[in-house]
Amino acid sequence: MTATTNMPAVNPGASGSGSGSGAGLPSTTDAPRLPSLSRRSSSAPAARRAKAPMSIGTTLVLLIGALYCLTPVLWVVIASTKDGSELFSTFTFLPSSHLWDNIVELTQYRGGLYWRWMVNTALYAGVGAILSTYVSMLSGYALAKFTFPGKSGVFKVLLMGVLVPGVILAIPQYFMLAQVGMTNTYWAVLLPQIISPYGIYLARIYAAAAVPTEIIESGRTEGASELFILHRLAMPMMLPGLVTVFLFQFVAIWNNFMLPYIMLGDDKLFPITVGLSGLLNQGSTVPALYTLVITGALLSIIPLIALFLVLQRYWRVDLAAGAVKA
Amino acid sequence: MRARLRIGAIATAAAAALIMTGCTATADSGSGSGSSDEKVELTYWAWAPNLDKVVDIWNKANPNIQVTVAKQDGGDPAITKLLTAIKAGSGAPDLIQAEYQKIPTLVSADAIADIAGDGAKDLSSTFPDGVWNSVTLGSDAVYAIPQDTGPMMFFYRDDIFQQLGVSVPTTWDEYADAARKIHTADPTKFLGTFSANDAGWFTGLSQQAGASWWSIDGDAWGVDIDAEPTQKVAEYWGGLVEEGVIDNKPMYTPEWNAGLNDGSQVGWTGAVWGPGVLSGNAADTAGKWKAAPLPNWDASSPSNGNWGGSSTAVTTQSKHAAAAVEFATWLNTDPAAVQALVTETGIYPAATDAAASALTEAPAFFSNQPDFYDVAAEAAQSVGDFTYGPNVNVAFSAYNDEFAKAAESKQASAFLEAVTAMQKITLDDMKASGFTVK
Repeated sequence: MTATTNMPAVNPGASGSGSGSGAGLPSTTDAPRLPSLSRRSSSAPAARRAKAPMSIGTTLVLLIGALYCLTPVLWVVIASTKDGSELFSTFTFLPSSHLWDNIVELTQYRGGLYWRWMVNTALYAGVGAILSTYVSMLSGYALAKFTFPGKSGVFKVLLMGVLVPGVILAIPQYFMLAQVGMTNTYWAVLLPQIISPYGIYLARIYAAAAVPTEIIESGRTEGASELFILHRLAMPMMLPGLVTVFLFQFVAIWNNFMLPYIMLGDDKLFPITVGLSGLLNQGSTVPALYTLVITGALLSIIPLIALFLVLQRYWRVDLAAGAVKA
Repeated sequence: MRARLRIGAIATAAAAALIMTGCTATADSGSGSGSSDEKVELTYWAWAPNLDKVVDIWNKANPNIQVTVAKQDGGDPAITKLLTAIKAGSGAPDLIQAEYQKIPTLVSADAIADIAGDGAKDLSSTFPDGVWNSVTLGSDAVYAIPQDTGPMMFFYRDDIFQQLGVSVPTTWDEYADAARKIHTADPTKFLGTFSANDAGWFTGLSQQAGASWWSIDGDAWGVDIDAEPTQKVAEYWGGLVEEGVIDNKPMYTPEWNAGLNDGSQVGWTGAVWGPGVLSGNAADTAGKWKAAPLPNWDASSPSNGNWGGSSTAVTTQSKHAAAAVEFATWLNTDPAAVQALVTETGIYPAATDAAASALTEAPAFFSNQPDFYDVAAEAAQSVGDFTYGPNVNVAFSAYNDEFAKAAESKQASAFLEAVTAMQKITLDDMKASGFTVK
């Protein structure tokens, strides 16, 4: 029951996140620079426009890249306007008029279960990413600004953690949570995703670069508590980095399949990824619900796109602010 | 999506490897403590669509035994999850929908309980012997209560058959002739496809030819895949694929769905639950299809195979085995429940009498064929015996791997080699897992 044409259906979220975070990552690390410089590196299109007349080859390659990324999204958009029989019989890129019918049908599927999945996903990704960002900030700041025995050891273990794919840990995590009877609950999906080695790593780099030690020391001289210094002085300076960590974690949890797939048995707790995959794998006696899955995939990337558009602002504003301060 | 499915498959394999502890464990009898006075809550993992609506009927009538259905993704993921939960020691449901071929695996992993002592033993006469045998594994134990069966049937596009002057094949020789005739008349059309993705389908075809891939002899298992019946089936389909008159693409793909819609797939060797698949994938072709018994090897002694079918089992982690058995018995044998199963989930019930009274009107997709369930009953009657082993998952994935290569090569000889490879992989795995093998 492998579904080849459904490959693009879930990819857009991943590819969107890839390109978006790709633009965000370098800009955060070279924050303390001149405003003009950082602005150029943060907004790739400007750089591209400036170089375009010089090399048609580059433009062509970039165009192909854009096509490669956007065609699957276009496919999903067009396919979600078709009804069940048109999906397999009409020309691939010929739109139809059934988008609203499909959304209604998706909404009616088992009493609006899809929207429950949407809420679950928002909960897992939203709460999970906020908690994860906070934990990353605490640990990253501590690793960057405090000296304590074993610090470099901790950091090295952390670096190794970055290299371990989360998928590998899913089954051990299942067995551990089963021992305390927490599988098949919201916690089973939330807890393992709060710790993100990559997020801690990013937060440490950002704290080291963006928070001057002098400010922390002056805070201490004024008698502020360490937590006050962290929350009131360091955190605002780390904000662009934290937004990046938040986005990374949000997208990672939003798109995560393996962990909830293993942890959850009750489909009322499913996130969208697992739910949609279930609609495709109903077993051989039941037809796969392709139109519902495609429409569901389209709707599921809208919140991600919206989040990126809203949070992109933070990178620009705070990069400029950080640069002036430095 | 494919990448994710791949990951899913790897995880399934990993979990299965963790779980197959390699001993033919003895299932302890279910320790029921569900007296009817105290309120009992049961969880039920199942994937049949709309099953919760049938369960609602039970819940309204039995306030003391409340059942919650957690819908699963098809048979394989649910079983993998159950085995993982059993291994972990918690998290398993009380009841699970288990396909017949999974029962030996579940029994050897000590995942499902022997419910013979909880009243299930009295049900033996309610079900056909072959079906009952697959939930008892030929022993005195009862490991599940049969729910539905999947006798194979042949679906064809009546309009295209008439247009091309093809008569409905009753033997596989006639099927081959019909396939040639259709493909010659219109090279874009195929009477069917050889699907390397659907091991259950090939198992059913082999069962029809007289195969039984595993056998139990005392404490020892036998593996008989590479034997005459299966070789005959593989050679037959390999020949048709090599000739090019039968498609070599898997079923249940978007491409196959397109073929059902545009008439390039003129026939389908499916099973009794086929109307649901056809109406879901090609709703616009309603009224153009007809159902017939599966073509036979020997017209004088018709036989048939099963594709699909499942049962309701009680897990070893359930603390309310008696209540669970009470519910499962009602679900699968009570006339009202079976009627609801037919209307809501579209299954073909296993309980003989209840099925006869529930299956009166042909499915909507086959409203042009009022005798649909008569054909189905005929198909169900001639299903032969088939023994499944404890590593069906290994044999089935060997089928997928080996026959994918064979179908790609379009060589009849490759189909025979695939059967030999399946035998070797399955046998080696059983030896490696520590089973006593003949």
